[in-house]
Amino acid sequence: MAILVTPETKVLVQGITGAFGARHTQLSLAYGTRIAAGVTPGKGGQFFENTVPIFDTVREAVEATGATASAIFVPPPFAADAILEGVDAGLDLVVCITEGIPIRDMMMVKRAMLGKKTRLIGPNCPGIVTPGDGRDSIGGCRIGIAPGYIHKKGHVGVVSRSGTLTYEAVWQLTCRGVGQSTCVGIGGDPVNGTSHLDVIKMFNDDPDTHGIIMIGEIGGSAEEEAAEWIGNYCKKPVAGFIAGATAPPGRRMGHAGAIVSGGKGTAAAKIAALREAGIAVAETPSVMAERLLKLM
Amino acid sequence: MNLHEYQAKQLLAQHGVAVPSGEAVTTPERAREAAARLFAAGQTLAVVKSQIHAGGRGKGTFKSGFQGGVKLCRSADDVFEKASAMLGNVLVTKQTGPEGREVKTLLIAGAATIKKELYLAVLLDRSTSQPLIMASTEGGVDIEEVAEKSPEKIIKELIDPSVGLMPYQARKLAAALGLRGGLMAQATKLFLGVYKAWWECDAAMLEINPLCVVTGADGMESILAVDAKMSIEDNALFRHKEIQAMRDLGEEAPLEIEASKFNLNYIKLEGNIACLVNGAGLAMATMDIIQHFGGNPANFLDVGGGASKEQVSAAFKIILSDPHVKAILVNIFGGIMDCNVIATGIVAAVLETGLTIPLVVRLEGNNVQMGKKTLAESGLNLITGDSMADAAQRVVAALAAS
Repeated sequence: MAILVTPETKVLVQGITGAFGARHTQLSLAYGTRIAAGVTPGKGGQFFENTVPIFDTVREAVEATGATASAIFVPPPFAADAILEGVDAGLDLVVCITEGIPIRDMMMVKRAMLGKKTRLIGPNCPGIVTPGDGRDSIGGCRIGIAPGYIHKKGHVGVVSRSGTLTYEAVWQLTCRGVGQSTCVGIGGDPVNGTSHLDVIKMFNDDPDTHGIIMIGEIGGSAEEEAAEWIGNYCKKPVAGFIAGATAPPGRRMGHAGAIVSGGKGTAAAKIAALREAGIAVAETPSVMAERLLKLM
Repeated sequence: MNLHEYQAKQLLAQHGVAVPSGEAVTTPERAREAAARLFAAGQTLAVVKSQIHAGGRGKGTFKSGFQGGVKLCRSADDVFEKASAMLGNVLVTKQTGPEGREVKTLLIAGAATIKKELYLAVLLDRSTSQPLIMASTEGGVDIEEVAEKSPEKIIKELIDPSVGLMPYQARKLAAALGLRGGLMAQATKLFLGVYKAWWECDAAMLEINPLCVVTGADGMESILAVDAKMSIEDNALFRHKEIQAMRDLGEEAPLEIEASKFNLNYIKLEGNIACLVNGAGLAMATMDIIQHFGGNPANFLDVGGGASKEQVSAAFKIILSDPHVKAILVNIFGGIMDCNVIATGIVAAVLETGLTIPLVVRLEGNNVQMGKKTLAESGLNLITGDSMADAAQRVVAALAAS
């Protein structure tokens, strides 16, 4: 097993004909992911790469193909609409890759999703990978923009707000011969669909996940909330890293959510909360895998 | 994007919020005219306020030696004199750093008799993903200090974004702030207007400090937003053409403006080891690891996921424009992009800029062997690092040896 997606998950891509969406759909197909459909309004009836049927609406794509998850690559002004279209079509999972969605739009999306069965990952995230058992982990489910080949099928769960730091952690594991159950990038925005804590709970319940790496950064208090829960309830070893110890207060460090404001959300406070919860904190990002493996 | 006080007040006034009457001016003559109009309309006191994107203006000092970036005046001539002392001069406050900011615009406004100073702000509450109004009876002071010393004096009201701030919530806030009787209706209207301005303008933060109960010449009490600080969320600027036009490039660091032209995310810091990284999280972590090994990062620089040759070249030029930079660390995890393309870009940029300071490159990912080969065969004097830790230690050592 794994969390959120398995190699059998049927995925549709919203914004499949844009340059960004098309490039990463090709890579997911090459990884062996079951890309069942694409959605681009007005291009229904066409095919992507002569194989993947394109539909005008998400609902039509779901009805025709049985897809249960979606990857969103549409530009920021249209992304909120795309997310809610996926929710309306009854998808289990919507992964929004788009960076730059206004916070106001995301507040409305979160409100509109209350009580709905769909889980949103992102936005502004690298997506999800559940590695497969082929060479270079081919045969897995790759939703988003992460490099597939750095993964290896196994038992460590990785959750992070940052794309390249996730790759860094995954690569450290793979280079040591340690595989991953599922790697989840929850995104760098201040309003997101799924938190560190949500993912940690899923890893805790997943019999296939034996250890967890949690990567956080300055801004907000999601890492502290996750740490508190881990300290009380998590049955599995957890290693952590927090980026941004040297970030000046009041400045957004690339990610919209990475900002220390009013003295809140500092790396020091987060690291203290992680340590308090018994999480093995990596002093540098070079030792994320090492810190976890010591515990396992 | 940060706004000036006068711009924030314009947006507030457009949303029905009571602000002191006033005008933004850029010359002492215009300042005198604006003041004359205020006095003619019955004001007995005018305030001259320096417009810069930093707090602590009132207690600031101009590099000319003139004290205070905010001055009360009783005549138009006095306003002219104070405006002459401020305009074109550099104001240093506790928030500007020692370099200060040049004052190019002044707000000339009527000053009423203040009876009570309150605090009001609207912001995003990240833990609930909802708008939050924060208010306090302790206005006119540093609110972070109030929150720390007497948190019970901070009143919070969460808002359902799908219906917005409801009048009953505004009344609850008014009552908690002691704004009763005739002031309650005024306060309710003001709170609703402030929230609407925050929402409609896609503001990241809107702070009214102080929000004042003032006594007019007729002895009547009213509520006024006497100061305002507002920032607009960058991601939403595409739908606010009129707010985009309010951007003051003079308030932004020139290197950061230059970087944004190439879609590079650059923030200048105080240290001397520059870094060039792909991805925001990795870029922060690279700064951290430099410090961890005893170095001092000169900047945050995220070249994004698909760093092109042009971007790498522009990034090198921007980094090298900072005279404090004495060494460079490039840290790229090329997941999907080809490390050899990056390596070629680095070599080209080094040749183009005639780099003379130590350069440490750590490449990892797709086609990394070819990339390392390109670097090694370039004949350039650069150092390669294997892991982030290795590269960070090497750059700190190279700087010490140089």
